[in-house]
Amino acid sequence: MERGAQIVEVLPSEEYEDVHLPGAMSIPLKELEERSAARLRRDLPVVTYCDDFQ
Amino acid sequence: MSPRAAWRLEIMGFSNVFWYPGGKVDWTAAGLPFDGRLSGIPRVGDHARRDVPTCLPEERIADVRERVRGANWNTCFVVTEDRVVVGRLQDEELDASGDLAASEVMRNGPSTFRPDVTVHQTLDHMSENDLTTMPVTTSEGRLIGLALREDLEAAHDRGVSARTSSHPRGSAP
Repeated sequence: MERGAQIVEVLPSEEYEDVHLPGAMSIPLKELEERSAARLRRDLPVVTYCDDFQ
Repeated sequence: MSPRAAWRLEIMGFSNVFWYPGGKVDWTAAGLPFDGRLSGIPRVGDHARRDVPTCLPEERIADVRERVRGANWNTCFVVTEDRVVVGRLQDEELDASGDLAASEVMRNGPSTFRPDVTVHQTLDHMSENDLTTMPVTTSEGRLIGLALREDLEAAHDRGVSARTSSHPRGSAP
């Protein structure tokens, strides 16, 4: 986070709207493709998360 | 799901990709702040008293008793050095022979709640089980604090009151 990591929740957007980590953006796994990933900077780390380890 | 997303990003050419194994469950269970529609709902972790006394398993009951009662508490959690709860002392155990170690008299493995459980759910559980307190720990079992029923009821009433005053119904003009 301190290095400007981009936090990405990959759950469906309804779940993101209910609860998400501060500063996280929503890119559901089903929609994760070149176009949606264009929102992400390639020079900064990316951290993905969902509900748990699954 | 998150490892698959990380892998997919790597395929797309992102070189510095990580995934958070614990995810949202781990984050909220640690009592960390979160955003979203449900973020305003009162949670038990917000109302747990952080100053509840603790002691190490090897501490003498006489020393623990003096410290606990001196701080006007009647309970104490027996924790490891990294605050993992292993037992609890209440009045009966605090009155045990002073030379005994906390681990010799403690009640083992008290049931606990995670901090992200709502105040409403916690009160329901306490009411059903006739409980007046509920320890709150992280998912690794580290003590966050002790929720008192009176505090939760007050928080619940404040929430109801706030909702009522912001959405008046049937009030006379």
